[in-house]
Amino acid sequence: MRRLAPMLLAALAVLAAACEKKTQPPPSGEAGTQAAQGQPAGTGGTPANADTILLGQVGALTGGQATFGISTRNGIELALKEANAAGGVKGKKLAVKVYDNQSKPEEAAQATTRLITQDKVVLILGDVASSNSLAMAEKAQAAGVPMITPSSTNTTVTQKGDYIFRVCFIDPFQGFVMAKFARDELKLGKVAVLQDNKSAYSIDLSDVFTRKFREMGGTVATTESYSQGDTDYRAQLTAIKKTQPDGIYVPGYYSEVGVIARQAREVGLKVPLMGGDGWDSEKLFELGGSAITGSYFSNHYSPDNPDARVQKFIADYKAAYGGVPDALAALGYDAARVAIEALQRAKDLSGPSVRDAIAQTKDFPGVAGTVTLDEKRNAVKSAVVLKVGDGKTQYVTTISP
Amino acid sequence: MAQLLQHLINGLAAGTIYALVALGYTMVYGVLKLINFAHGDVMMVGVYMGYATAFALGREARGSLLGIAAVFAVAMLGCALLGFLIERFAYRPLREKPRLTALITAIGISFALSYGFQLDIGFLPGASPRAFPEIIEPTEWLIIGDRDVVVWNWQVISFLIAVGLMVGLQYLVFGTRFGQAMRAVSWDHRVAALMGIPTDRVIALTFMLSSGLAAGAGLLYAIKDTSVSPLMGLYVGLKAFVAAVIGGIGHVPGAVIGALVLGLVEEFVVGYAASSWRDAVAFGFLILVLLVKPGGLFGRVAAEKV
Repeated sequence: MRRLAPMLLAALAVLAAACEKKTQPPPSGEAGTQAAQGQPAGTGGTPANADTILLGQVGALTGGQATFGISTRNGIELALKEANAAGGVKGKKLAVKVYDNQSKPEEAAQATTRLITQDKVVLILGDVASSNSLAMAEKAQAAGVPMITPSSTNTTVTQKGDYIFRVCFIDPFQGFVMAKFARDELKLGKVAVLQDNKSAYSIDLSDVFTRKFREMGGTVATTESYSQGDTDYRAQLTAIKKTQPDGIYVPGYYSEVGVIARQAREVGLKVPLMGGDGWDSEKLFELGGSAITGSYFSNHYSPDNPDARVQKFIADYKAAYGGVPDALAALGYDAARVAIEALQRAKDLSGPSVRDAIAQTKDFPGVAGTVTLDEKRNAVKSAVVLKVGDGKTQYVTTISP
Repeated sequence: MAQLLQHLINGLAAGTIYALVALGYTMVYGVLKLINFAHGDVMMVGVYMGYATAFALGREARGSLLGIAAVFAVAMLGCALLGFLIERFAYRPLREKPRLTALITAIGISFALSYGFQLDIGFLPGASPRAFPEIIEPTEWLIIGDRDVVVWNWQVISFLIAVGLMVGLQYLVFGTRFGQAMRAVSWDHRVAALMGIPTDRVIALTFMLSSGLAAGAGLLYAIKDTSVSPLMGLYVGLKAFVAAVIGGIGHVPGAVIGALVLGLVEEFVVGYAASSWRDAVAFGFLILVLLVKPGGLFGRVAAEKV
């Protein structure tokens, strides 16, 4: 065991070095992206620098949600690189200062304060996890610095105040999307709902789905529930089977959904399962096996989307970082581009002007759907429906509000 | 009617697993008067041992009888060793200390195992749940009507294994010299030692037996629910503990019947009421039993020596 500690340290050092490499300054020169250790910039990117506009990002680069923050950062970098290559904004180059929140809300709040008071950024991007974004939103709102979260879907985030925006849809929207898909595309008449009683996300989705599905003329035969961490769902599924539904809506997370799919097949339910973006993980295929194949879920974006804009983004992303960008990278890219476009339109770079410019965002062509911000500062945009295939997902359709 | 029958089968299948875990609690408690709270986590470790073995064997070997035997053997022997180590280094040094000390150590071991296994270094599996390989090909053995009632092969196999182990244990405790020694140690381990019984060895063997049993139960659980995670032991362990107390802790058939009752109660609550009531009803039932029959359904209330 004692040998583990030095090995860990060495691994961390290598990781840190790798991070440094990835975040080398964009072609614009010294005013570049700073590495993720949360240290003040050595060169460039300082507030006094007259020919740069500094943006801030707070994201999880370490901790349990590390992949979220890293994907988002890559997306943001890509957008900035493109903007700088096209001449920047108002004759100035763009740079972003990135702080790690270690997947913790208290770190996110601190990093936000630092971006505002020390780095004097004009705008903040972040975070993915709603709990972190909520902590950040409080600080940004109090200081009057506009903030755009790329992918926090919890309804309350933008309710923190008029400086807080998001470029993704909100949780209840997904319930509507699946209800519409189930009625219009799958032509289902009677469905059952199996919700996670411990998750506000799941309950939100299930409520909206039930209401909308009924409004569209369908029947919700029964609503059963489980608790996060359960592994035996046979009782609920047996009760569901009795109602003979045409489909089952399971708005949970992949760890439970995979097992539910297996047991649904076991009790003899052959109808398709449906869910939301909580399904989006490689783990779903492992846990669900062949039982999950043929099910559907709503998501922010699909790499299979034939749209030229999406395919160009994927090609650029692959060239820069290798690998196919996930939904978080796409949303990070969109958030940065919405911000850049707003900065271009803004009268000046003061908080209120930038806020007003962002609020006027309309029909903005993002890779994860067209962004139009409503009066509640949420993106009104379409969602994609994906079909679970053999070990991967297939794009099925796009559904607009 | 069909639904009732299906719930009955599901409930028995769930109860069977609780029963096997509950037997481990009951054995250790019977001999040492120690509630081994790490028991469920030993079970979890056994499941991961079986998981690793199944993967090492490869896909072809999994369905075969030999493959299944190998998975069970590795997990059960590995856990027996783990049980031995835990007893030797965590409980034996504290045996002459107040009973509460050992209880606290047991909780410590439980958390060390369940949270240690969430780390992602070396051989440790990490926090994400994993799919357990299908070492027994699930087959429908009995289908009534239009799949109204389905009985699966693993349900029958687990039930038979549980009943077999219960009978075997009952024989071990009441029909062998080792069982006689166990009962003597349970009565008073100091006096037993004076009578020439190798107390330490008997206690160590009891721990190994109960830990091996836990691994077997864990594998049946993993076959049943297909998803394994480092926290599974806490949950199943707690339920099995409740089952052991309902049956009368220290009483072998009592543990099995308590577990089957608990499995059925939970299944019916979820099937006919709501899943959020399950734990409330399970623990409410425990409180009710303790109020009416403080020793459990089959236990006797022994006057505490003061």
